[in-house]
Amino acid sequence: MYDWLTEHKIPLGIWLRDFVDLLTTHGQGFFDFVSLVLGALIGGFTAALLWVPPLLLIALFGLGAWLMHRSIGLVVFIVGALLLVTNLGYWQATMETLSLVICATLVCVIVGVPIGIAAAHRPWLYTAIRPILDLMQTIPTFVYLIPTLVLFGLGAVPGLISTVIFSLPAPIRLTHLGISSVPPALYEAGKAFGATKTQLLFKVELPYALPTIMAGITQCIMLSLSMVVIAALVGADGLGKPVVRALNSVNIAMGFEAGLAIVVLAIVLDRVCKRPERRSRKG
Amino acid sequence: MPAVEFRNIDIVFGADQKGALKLIDEGRSREEILTATGAVLGAAGVSLAIERGEICVLMGLSGSGKSTILRAINRLNEVARGEVLVEHKGGAVDVARCDEDTLRDIRMHTVSMVFQQFGLLPWRTVRDNVGFGLELRGMGAAERRRIVDEKLAMVGLTNWAEKYTNELSGGMQQRVGLARAFATDADILLMDEPFSALDPLIRDKLQDELLDLQRRIHKTIVFVSHDLDEALKLGNKIAIMEGGRIVQAGTAEDILLRPANAYVAEFVKHMNPLNVLRGTAVMRPAASLRREGDAVVLDKGGRVKVKVDADGRPVSLDLDGRAGLLAVADGEAGKIDDKLASDSDCIVAPVDLKLKAAIELKRHTDLPILLVDNLGRLAGLCDDDEIYRGLLRRLDG
Repeated sequence: MYDWLTEHKIPLGIWLRDFVDLLTTHGQGFFDFVSLVLGALIGGFTAALLWVPPLLLIALFGLGAWLMHRSIGLVVFIVGALLLVTNLGYWQATMETLSLVICATLVCVIVGVPIGIAAAHRPWLYTAIRPILDLMQTIPTFVYLIPTLVLFGLGAVPGLISTVIFSLPAPIRLTHLGISSVPPALYEAGKAFGATKTQLLFKVELPYALPTIMAGITQCIMLSLSMVVIAALVGADGLGKPVVRALNSVNIAMGFEAGLAIVVLAIVLDRVCKRPERRSRKG
Repeated sequence: MPAVEFRNIDIVFGADQKGALKLIDEGRSREEILTATGAVLGAAGVSLAIERGEICVLMGLSGSGKSTILRAINRLNEVARGEVLVEHKGGAVDVARCDEDTLRDIRMHTVSMVFQQFGLLPWRTVRDNVGFGLELRGMGAAERRRIVDEKLAMVGLTNWAEKYTNELSGGMQQRVGLARAFATDADILLMDEPFSALDPLIRDKLQDELLDLQRRIHKTIVFVSHDLDEALKLGNKIAIMEGGRIVQAGTAEDILLRPANAYVAEFVKHMNPLNVLRGTAVMRPAASLRREGDAVVLDKGGRVKVKVDADGRPVSLDLDGRAGLLAVADGEAGKIDDKLASDSDCIVAPVDLKLKAAIELKRHTDLPILLVDNLGRLAGLCDDDEIYRGLLRRLDG
């Protein structure tokens, strides 16, 4: 019985490989196009960030943080942290990583928020996509790194795609949560005054769900950042590269510095993305 | 044409509408329908006409179906069977069956709504909340602002326009809700227990303000309440509901004096009749009074008489040969100058005088109050005995 079971192996892996082969032979044009667009996006962002002189950009970041949060402490922290990263010699790598994170988050928001809204309006759709979302978050990254490598070639694009696969569930889930927790009373108030479906979405549902959606986007940024080392494995530039190199050459100093730069970037992004205090707060 | 009319509507929540309707036709109760079909009976066989300018209060315990039928008027609830006619742009539209565009037009222009939990949008200022309906209509910012400021002044919130709604007290929040509903200038106002979430003093104040506003703007108001005092205070017409059906609809006095069944009787048992009962209900009718020629005898001994003219209007008072002073009180509240009242021997008041006002007037005089109809003709008498019987609600004898 056991022998029979092992001898008649179900060729699951083979099927998937054949499927990927099918995609490469027939869909190469499409994947090349996607690769071109995303590559240009990341390249453009990176070039723009690196075009500005580092010190000027740090000052701009500080100014932006001040305008958003009006907190001296935060500005001092951000400027200090970025100066430290520059001092360590990781300015360019940090900007490359920042660009990857921004692009990944952008794609996640453009794809994830509409899916989250659609799922909140159609319970069957959410039931259908929930196992897929679970799969995207639990399947080991290396497993889908291989097909993305095959489909998109080496470089930043497969890194971006893998990052998106990993971080996409967060904005979808939180958008779904935000939209489906709109109190029925608000929904009915909108309907009672004659709101169309579109008006309900933009004037009632989205404003109500905005804090939750923002939390989803912040989470998405953090998840993207946690993927930089993996992305470096398929050739994406950024702070992951020195980490991988340090691992291969057992270079403790380099590994620690690059790791520190990643953590600093994570804290800066987290603090900046935290929702500013609501103006409507009492008192 | 009534402003709103329910024609034999049934509302069912749940998948098996057909099965539920069949059981409704067999006259089954809500529980039986629930066990047999899994559908919840919201309302069954409801027919009610609400006239223009009227405040109609739908009254009942929670789960009696009062909110359910209210929400059928702007189709927040779908009607399984029957018609809901709403007067819209000069014609009657069946809201239950009309197309989406008409429904939207009705919601934007003809019917507006006030909610129990206010239903305000917390990320908007008071001004933007009040302008919500106008904004949905696509009205320009300048015109919107003008109307909104006018409505804010109406509810006394001008100085709060830039605040966020969670900075306001419950009573103020509901004033915002009222202003929002008034802003679209809809003729029909649906109010779903608007004051239930407020504390009693604020509730009382807002009820007075609503009555005051209603005197100026004459909307058709459909008001849901579980509080009988509120219903009797506000309603020109009251419909009492139980288990999804209307058990009695009529004026406050009707319901208080002639409850249709034991349920209504139980409901009104602890009601305060002072503000509800009127002279017409308690008086001894003029026809039953002893007459001597052109005079009506007021006391048992026959020494006090009031002379009436050919049409039956009281003209003079005869106190055992001496002429007495007749004073006139106005309106259902029986307004009269205090000095005049205490100088007079007998008071003449309109026949729709409230029982409370009758007691007030009766303090000034030993003689019965003469109640006259709107042409000034003597309609009946209200003496201590009538007042006591009114208070005890023993009007049959």
